[in-house]
Amino acid sequence: MRAFADLLERLVLTPSRNRKVELLAHYFRDRPDPDRGLGLAAITRDLDLPSVKPGLIRQLASEVTDEVLFALSYDYVGDLAETVALIWPSQADDGEAEITLEQVVETLANASRSQAPAALRRLLDTLGPSERYALIKLASGGLRIGVSARLAKQALADFGGKPVAEIEELWHGLKPPYRELFAWLEGRAQKPVSAAAAPFRPVMLSNALEERDTALITPDDYVAEWKWDGIRVQAVAEAGVRRIYSRTGDDISAAFPDVLEAMVFEGAIDGELLVGAPGDPESGTGTFSDLQQRLNRKSVSARELAKYPAFIRAYDLLVDDGEDLRALPLMDRRARLEAFVSGRDLARLDLSQLLEFESFEDLVALRADPPHAVIEGLMLKRRDAPYVPGRPKGPWFKWKRDPHTVDAVLMYAQRGHGKRSGYYSDFTFGVWRGADGASELVPVGKAYFGFTDAELKSLDKFVRDNTIERFGPVRSVRAEAGHGLVLEIAFEGLNRSSRHKSGVAMRFPRISRIRWDKPPGEADRLETLEALL
Amino acid sequence: MRPEELLRPAPQGLYCPPGDFYIDPVRPVARALITHGHADHARAGHGAVLATRHTLEIMAIRYGADFTKSRQVAEFGRAVSMNGVTVTFHPAGHVLGSAQIAVEKDGTRIVASGDYKRLADPTAETFEPVACDVFITEATFALPVFRHPSPSAEIAKLLASLRDFPDRAHLVGVYALGKAQRVIRLLRDNGWDRPIYIHGSLKALCDYYEGAGIALGELRPATVETLLKGAYGGEIVLGPPSAFNSPWVRRFPDPLIAFASGWMQIRQRMKQRGVELPLIISDHCDWDELTATIRDTGAPEIWVTHGREEALVRWCELNQLRARPLHLVGYEDEVE
Ligand SMILES: [Zn+2]
Ligand SMILES: [Zn+2]
Repeated sequence: MRAFADLLERLVLTPSRNRKVELLAHYFRDRPDPDRGLGLAAITRDLDLPSVKPGLIRQLASEVTDEVLFALSYDYVGDLAETVALIWPSQADDGEAEITLEQVVETLANASRSQAPAALRRLLDTLGPSERYALIKLASGGLRIGVSARLAKQALADFGGKPVAEIEELWHGLKPPYRELFAWLEGRAQKPVSAAAAPFRPVMLSNALEERDTALITPDDYVAEWKWDGIRVQAVAEAGVRRIYSRTGDDISAAFPDVLEAMVFEGAIDGELLVGAPGDPESGTGTFSDLQQRLNRKSVSARELAKYPAFIRAYDLLVDDGEDLRALPLMDRRARLEAFVSGRDLARLDLSQLLEFESFEDLVALRADPPHAVIEGLMLKRRDAPYVPGRPKGPWFKWKRDPHTVDAVLMYAQRGHGKRSGYYSDFTFGVWRGADGASELVPVGKAYFGFTDAELKSLDKFVRDNTIERFGPVRSVRAEAGHGLVLEIAFEGLNRSSRHKSGVAMRFPRISRIRWDKPPGEADRLETLEALL
Repeated sequence: MRPEELLRPAPQGLYCPPGDFYIDPVRPVARALITHGHADHARAGHGAVLATRHTLEIMAIRYGADFTKSRQVAEFGRAVSMNGVTVTFHPAGHVLGSAQIAVEKDGTRIVASGDYKRLADPTAETFEPVACDVFITEATFALPVFRHPSPSAEIAKLLASLRDFPDRAHLVGVYALGKAQRVIRLLRDNGWDRPIYIHGSLKALCDYYEGAGIALGELRPATVETLLKGAYGGEIVLGPPSAFNSPWVRRFPDPLIAFASGWMQIRQRMKQRGVELPLIISDHCDWDELTATIRDTGAPEIWVTHGREEALVRWCELNQLRARPLHLVGYEDEVE
């Protein structure tokens, strides 16, 4: 349990993605089966344990500590699991009990509801403080540590020296503690045979179109499609099993029962998940705010289903009734896709259109004026390319619209992490709101990239020279009409947001230029942003 | 004599009316008794200072030789009379030279602990419990969530990280007086015999500890020249907390940031400081040691200052001890 507790702490405190991958790979290297597999499952949230309510944790603590002392402590620490882990009156140190993660998981899995309090109390008594914290987080299902399943799979790939695509393809057929997976990664056994029905096929990704690529794009070699800004999904229906995967292979079926129900086919479709009515892309497709209502949800209510119905705009067919099409050229797959869709009554599905063009100039014009707000640019795909997992250079390009820009005023800066520790590198900026004479700045977003190292130095210096107040790692800087710093912010889009004071939230904001020349009084107003909604 | 007549809080600090002196005054006064060299306890500009030899010498290093008009060395255990009040210094175990000050008149004895710790530490004189009528305790870590693990286990974490990330410089934040030398000594006692690199501001006090007979092994300045040779990978570099918000950090490629402090028990504090490797190494008592010490002194009455007074007062009440918070101002609990 010690190693798992340490891993959790290090993962939470390590800002760098690569370092997290490294920590996980070390854990897989150093821990025996089944502990490493159980730890992995806990992190990817594939560990199915009956969850213990916070109320029970509190009650256990109240049995062993004075109420007032507990309240003072909780107030100071700010996290229930952490407070209980630290305050628990046991003299045990981390690692002392030599209880394995396996034993802990078994105890939690096998305890009935009525046995759970006693089982938990016994474990708390024997474990050390960091281990108790890990235990409570594990038992209460609250293991939020900033590690995605994708990152965990990358760590497995690094550990075994295999392409991550192979691991993604296998993943859904595997169960904790993944003994056969580790055996293969260590070269002790054959690659496990994917046992899952309707498995995920690692997706093909595009590269951003660059100036030097434009000469390649001719109608003879490439087709063009709109790049819809939904969620990239893979809809698989095979042998009676239906699943919807995200592009990283996470099973997101539960959030889209409406689409799942309509998947009356045998095959695997690659497409964009959108909200609205399939068929006519211009009138039927919902806005990005509509889509937001269905994103990042574990489950969905009947009301939301009715109000924001989801569908898939298909652009590729990977498997057709058991036949793997991935080695075929794109245009052959496209023909199969068209036949596949037209031969069936697919209520929550339509086809991504191929756009007519004769020259690159036609594409420039299309991209400049797309017919719908949820289009974020063009996709350009080579006619003869097979479907290759990963991001091969050449067959698929994305060519996004130019982002929106706004002139905003720097308001707060926060110290960075890792390579940027010591620099103020996270910048909160605002625009003006209210009548002339009574204008105030209202924060509209936060950006932490888009500048060079040299620019970072000068931004850092500006922050240090113009600090008004400090709160922990954050400084507020002078931001008045006549004194302050204007940042030109580029962003991809704008959503309404009740969580932000300004009522708007930017997508992908970044600093595109530092306007040392511009007085803050001339920065943009909130109305400019609201007009974009 | 009633205890409140012997010692009472005043804006300048803890004041003894019959003896006409202050303990750890936060503003210049005519006569000051100083428990230890940390900046919030030991300030420059007093008329006369009574403190241990180490504390006086540390103050001279920090503030210059003329930090006070006159000075007098207090020997541990030897009583000094001040206007009829008997004053005795006893080891506090906090940093080198740190003392508790016992103040006694007409059969009433109050012990002002200053800052103290109970764990064994070769860089400070060992704490001695002193029987008294009133014990004035600090409360820096006075919540039952603060229970410090063994310092050796924390050092083991650092050494394990060095093995895991042999290409990264491990930068460890330490306060200049006490913590720096203790961490170095702990590293030596746990088998780290490579040179340790130190920020320039730590040098004077490390030299002083060496001179006082506390062997720290080979220390090297963490200079840019060493950096250019690419020599910091897998090495330990110590710096004061302030350096971690300054351009100093930037000279190390991909550093791993560690911090040695009792606050590192709380995750929010770790994140606030951007610490990747928290080391719970404290100059103060944890909760169990505070409450054990209160018992050890046998004092029927406890005055609490400097930190989370409320919780310790509550514990005293639960244990049938008279207790009250002192509400002294000017002491920072960050500096420990
Ligand atoms: Zn101190
Ligand atoms: Zn102090």
